[in-house]
Amino acid sequence: MATDAAGLGRGRAAAFVAPALLLIAAFLVFPALWTVYLGATDYQLTGLAAADPQVTGLDNVERALDEEEFTHSLGLTLQFVIGSAVLGQAVLGFAIAWLLRERGGALRRLVEGLVLLAWILPSSVVAFLWIALLDRDDGTLNSLLGTPGTAWLVEHPMASIIVFNIWRGTAFSMMLYAAALGTVSPTQLETARLAGASGWQQLRDVVFPAIRGHILTNLLLISLWTFNDFTPFLLTNGGPGDETEMIPVFIYKTAIFDGELGYGAALSVLMLLINLVIALVYVRLLRRRDRAPKRTAEVVKSP
Amino acid sequence: MSAIDLVRLSKVYPGGVTALDGVELAIADGEFFALLGPSGCGKTTLLRTIAGLEEATGGAVLIGGDDVTALPPGRRDVAMVFQDYALFPHMTVTDNIAYPLRIRQVGGAERRAKAAGTAGELGLDALLERRPAQLSGGQQQRVALARAMACHPRAFLLDEPLSNLDARMRLEARTFLKRLQRELRITCVFVTHDQAEALALADRVAGMEDGRVRQVGTPAEVFRRPANTFVASFIGSTPMNLLEGEVREGGRVAVGPAEVPGGPGAGALAPGDPVVYGVRPEYLTYAGEPTGGAFSGEVTVVENLGSAQLVTLDGESGSIQVVVDEDTEVAPGTAAWAVPRPDRVLLYRDGALVP
Repeated sequence: MATDAAGLGRGRAAAFVAPALLLIAAFLVFPALWTVYLGATDYQLTGLAAADPQVTGLDNVERALDEEEFTHSLGLTLQFVIGSAVLGQAVLGFAIAWLLRERGGALRRLVEGLVLLAWILPSSVVAFLWIALLDRDDGTLNSLLGTPGTAWLVEHPMASIIVFNIWRGTAFSMMLYAAALGTVSPTQLETARLAGASGWQQLRDVVFPAIRGHILTNLLLISLWTFNDFTPFLLTNGGPGDETEMIPVFIYKTAIFDGELGYGAALSVLMLLINLVIALVYVRLLRRRDRAPKRTAEVVKSP
Repeated sequence: MSAIDLVRLSKVYPGGVTALDGVELAIADGEFFALLGPSGCGKTTLLRTIAGLEEATGGAVLIGGDDVTALPPGRRDVAMVFQDYALFPHMTVTDNIAYPLRIRQVGGAERRAKAAGTAGELGLDALLERRPAQLSGGQQQRVALARAMACHPRAFLLDEPLSNLDARMRLEARTFLKRLQRELRITCVFVTHDQAEALALADRVAGMEDGRVRQVGTPAEVFRRPANTFVASFIGSTPMNLLEGEVREGGRVAVGPAEVPGGPGAGALAPGDPVVYGVRPEYLTYAGEPTGGAFSGEVTVVENLGSAQLVTLDGESGSIQVVVDEDTEVAPGTAAWAVPRPDRVLLYRDGALVP
């Protein structure tokens, strides 16, 4: 006897959901569990361990935490996330959205168009353009600055890819903040202006509280994307040496070049855990209902 | 507390829309002044230009004799209460009220004491720790008023102060607002599209149309003697009957087949002059029997107003509305007559009142 609103009964309802569940199981759950399993083995790409991998438990994780390479690449990744996403994209994106908020017409479309272009171009094309820009001998930047012979990607590799990623990803923050600023009550801003509030005071007292939820959601998304971003590899190849070998690159090199699939899988699991921690921190911040207006708290209720 | 003077004030938006067209107004110190008009007449633009939220493209705004036309809103020393109250949702009532003081860098303890004092005057003592979302519409409006009062501005500017309240709250808030203004003796300018609100609250009313002030006067003046057909049609809870007519001998006016008394203005006109004949529905007497000097027609609509009924007569003179007291039986479809009260008849020539 069917007790549900649609009158399907348990069996038929399950049949409807089954294909979707199967796809999720096959392409999401199974690979994730398989990675966890691989991370607990000494599986190799070639050789004896490839044919007959042994379960080694938490050895891989211990090795990662002991090895300086992993902490080194974790440090670089944090630099990259904080420098290019949190400080770079979010701040620059907000600044552009704020400055353009009351402007219409050609200027706004031009700026938005240029910023968006940087975002939608394929990574391989963008990487090629930036290599040409930063080239030691015939690079555009060197001729613009009059600094011939400066090998930017060798002398300042982290700074170069941070600037690159700011350029590449600001569009998302800009668009999100532009939409968010549209929800800020104009009369609240005018009340602040009438009270004599400066530009900064208007931002602090009206704009930021009103778009707090948007800011945190944006930071969450761009932090995770930047953390997992692989594009800098196309510019620096993780080098020179290991100076830009951030976690995704480190895992790639470990698993594919060195063939240590088990160790690479363990690193991937660690990376997933770090992502989870980042996400949890932001969701915690968002859930602090008492400080956030209801509307923003509602949005993130279901992660 | 200060007088506000507007001198040939103009506002033309980029793109050529004229919102204000040479507005001249003198608002006295401590006056409760209404800007009344239909939407798009420029009344809100005028208020925002006084506040400094819009820049005038011509003319000057003087507050207390000082030319403030070039000053930013924060330095004009006026407070504005918006239609949606514009309370900061993340701040408590205390913090909202104290906000202007905080911007003026008044110390925390003094600020809270002043906010609590102002809140006390408006009966908000019990709500100081609440947030705006936890308040009713009427309470939110009081918080917005308290915030405006807290820094003792020279003038209050109110944008449609009552229109976000439900009908019952609106009457209560209206009385409250008028009492508050009397007690504070502060110059107060408010914008409304509701003529009843303007008549009830204001000391003087300015009727606006297309960016111009069409008449300024006390509520009694604009109600009894609207200076032009625009104000005549806008003021009054039931709109004035305005009918095309022609002056006849003996101070009478012909409106269609009816010949009715022309009122005080008829003497100034010559027979044959075309006029618009204006009489309020309240100043017409209903008759069920044929009567001389009356409009005749068939009763088509009867609207019950509670203590009275609004009856529409359709006849050869045009469509005429009459207020009939509640005891008179009026049946749609019957013939009826409406007798104008001669001393309340107004004649308009080319849109302007014949004095």
